[in-house]
Amino acid sequence: MSIVFSGQAGQGLQTLEALLTRMLKRSGYNVFSYSEFMSRIRGGNNSTQVRVSSRRVSAYTRRIDLFVPLHEDAMERFHDRITQETVILGDRAFIDDRYLDGHHPVLEVPINEVAREKGGAVYANTVLLGILAGLFFVDSDLMHEEIRMILSGLGEDRLQKNLDASDEGYERSKKLLKPGQAAVSIERTAEVRNEVLTDGINAVGLGGLAGGCTFVSSYPMSPSTGVLVFFTKKAESSGVVVEQAEDEISAVNMAIGSWYAGGRALVTTSGGGYALMVEGVSLAGCIESPLVIHLGQRPGPATGLPTRTEQADLQFALYSGHGEFPRAILAPGTHEQGFSLTRHAFYLADKYQVPVFILTDQFFLERRYNVPDLDTSKVYDQRFIVQTRADYRRYALTENGVSPRGIPGFGEGRVRADSDEHDEDGFITEDFSTRTAMVNKRLKKLSGLRKEAFPPQLFGPKDYRNLVVCWGSSLHAVQEGLDMLGRDDTAILHYSQVYPLAEVTAEYLERAHRKIVVESNATAQFARLVRSEAGIAFDGAVLKYSGLPLMPEDVCEGLHEKLGKKESTHGRV
Amino acid sequence: MGAYDFDHAVDIAWCPGCGNFRILKSVKDALDELELDPANVVFVSGIGQAAKTPQYLNAHYFNGLHGRALPPATAIKASNPELIVIAESGDGDMYGEGGNHFMHTIRRNPNITNIVHNNMVYALTKGQASPTTRQGFVTPVQVHGVTQEPFNPVAVAIALDASFVARAFAGDARQTTDILKKALTHKGYALLDIFQPCVTYNKVNTYGWFKQNTYTLEESYDPTDREAAFRKATEPGKFPLGVLYIKEDKPTFEEGLSLYRQDTRPLYQRTVDMEMLRGLVDSMRT
Repeated sequence: MSIVFSGQAGQGLQTLEALLTRMLKRSGYNVFSYSEFMSRIRGGNNSTQVRVSSRRVSAYTRRIDLFVPLHEDAMERFHDRITQETVILGDRAFIDDRYLDGHHPVLEVPINEVAREKGGAVYANTVLLGILAGLFFVDSDLMHEEIRMILSGLGEDRLQKNLDASDEGYERSKKLLKPGQAAVSIERTAEVRNEVLTDGINAVGLGGLAGGCTFVSSYPMSPSTGVLVFFTKKAESSGVVVEQAEDEISAVNMAIGSWYAGGRALVTTSGGGYALMVEGVSLAGCIESPLVIHLGQRPGPATGLPTRTEQADLQFALYSGHGEFPRAILAPGTHEQGFSLTRHAFYLADKYQVPVFILTDQFFLERRYNVPDLDTSKVYDQRFIVQTRADYRRYALTENGVSPRGIPGFGEGRVRADSDEHDEDGFITEDFSTRTAMVNKRLKKLSGLRKEAFPPQLFGPKDYRNLVVCWGSSLHAVQEGLDMLGRDDTAILHYSQVYPLAEVTAEYLERAHRKIVVESNATAQFARLVRSEAGIAFDGAVLKYSGLPLMPEDVCEGLHEKLGKKESTHGRV
Repeated sequence: MGAYDFDHAVDIAWCPGCGNFRILKSVKDALDELELDPANVVFVSGIGQAAKTPQYLNAHYFNGLHGRALPPATAIKASNPELIVIAESGDGDMYGEGGNHFMHTIRRNPNITNIVHNNMVYALTKGQASPTTRQGFVTPVQVHGVTQEPFNPVAVAIALDASFVARAFAGDARQTTDILKKALTHKGYALLDIFQPCVTYNKVNTYGWFKQNTYTLEESYDPTDREAAFRKATEPGKFPLGVLYIKEDKPTFEEGLSLYRQDTRPLYQRTVDMEMLRGLVDSMRT
């Protein structure tokens, strides 16, 4: 079931989202939520979708089953998504006249009036919380507990008013359904109650801690700031240096400095901020410094749509930085991967002394849903730092291109890192044969990275006729979209590591009769990457770049158009 | 042979007679006289002829990007406060390309020493104006002479209430060494701007010119008086040499980091706190 509530910035929609998802999850429902919001502090129109289900749900859908307008302009942007099946709940004043024609199911509740009776319009969100708690048969004690937990900072008086408002909503919900109207019947499961409810921000942040992150330097930029805030909140208890730098240039150079001195540093940024970091990434390439870059994509170019989502910085991450040096790019599809791949990024960066990207996007970071667990049993604690001897050479030539990494203050040797071309000791050189040897040394590391590359994950029939390829945050929408389409001759291949590509890529793609790529960008950037890396071209692309997340409906319609009618030549028995 | 000398010959990229040779000697002398163990000393530099100084002494170094010495220097100190960190580059690097970091590093106040070779010209790129180039100076780019007001690093640092601000002249190696020793032993960010004659690209601000246009601060000068310091830093005429300003007991960046309050171990000695991590994940169940 898909619920959308829509209102203005400042109406407490985010608080409602947090309260509602926590409460429903603890009641045993699978939940998903995502808020789309404008780049402003007050006013405008923002909306939140909460999906409640008996099975796992992790995609943002066009479909709306229950719509709650909380402001007079709240329906303006939703006419194309409200159908005759959409139940509209709320104040009559906020419901557009066209839906009061008797053909649309409407449940009138004077939410604002109730809120004002309970102390003011600000309580509308907890009135609505109460109504939804009632409709979903949530225990009212649980609802109270959640309100107390989330709103504890408000002070006793306002906390009590919120509790009263929610109680009133809860009572009203019981009278909402007329005899004969179907009540909500979604199965609940006991296991879900104890699951982990997380957004992408926390998944990445916790993955960083699991990877041994000890240093975070960044400059705020949507949508990546949440990760900076995560570490700030946890810094005290978890031993992480967190610094808001004067700009992204400083941030990335600090991070590299920290690695040089034995820290394990992460920067978190978005396209424009990352653009400023690019020279630093090249520095990491040259001095062979590990570096973990969380790049939360948003639509560009330039300022673009600051609070929206897109997957259009893949080629940028891949080619950014002057000169030639290896790198790895990870793009988690699930929140479990957000956790495990961020942990893995620290391992790869440390082992190969290269920049490693965690490429997420606004949708990935802001969406939340319940997962069974984040696997903390495998904590990365391997250190590749060596204690130096007096004859230590920072850039000693080795078989695999990786030189043992020493740090100042640990051992007898001198650690010399130089952005100029350097010899094995780290001294500046203009010797051409040394230059050639150093380029080869650095590039050799790519073969190690390639060997360790995560293979793509196949979903669906192994003897597929059609293959739908996606990467990063698109996974869930593609899965659900293909389910809607209902084709058993089509499988999904999802990449959570997009560079270097695992060698099995060609094998998977060559087996497919038709290969369609699905991406949230306008130029099919991953398809280009596959073409240049594996020499294979796609037969079509389903692309979305409006700023809204890729939806299962987009995928279903796009694939329907590309794949047409199911062909009878399919060889499955 | 001092602790920072190599036991082999070093090919130095500077022009014969360059002021950098004298600064290199002063830096080595100061470190030797303070008996600082080279195993704990890290130089951080940017790009330029001055930024090559760390190549020529036997310590650790991080020779990074043009203008970007101060952010890594800050991070190195914050990642291992036991290290002695010296950020050393030229005027173009620190005040031009790195101007924003100069300002914010002073605000942050890490316990590092910032040595700036100030030759009032861009030498490695063949003689263009630097932020400290004096008005009227003709260059291949500023063909009608520099029109902009020169950047006054010591006045800016005092205006930002930097914890230590000093100026020296490379031609007086003994005095430079002594001031540098004060900078190195000062707790907090210490700026030492050193006038450095460039014998190839600056035929105006020569050894003789600096000698004529500088004077040593008198014994009675009180560097803790900020207003007096600002007056000294901005007075017309000759440039004063010595410690211009000291702000005592200013908390350092590292002291402000909560993670070192209970546990002074540098970052490289720390491991993942499993229990804390599990606790964080479990807190997201309810």
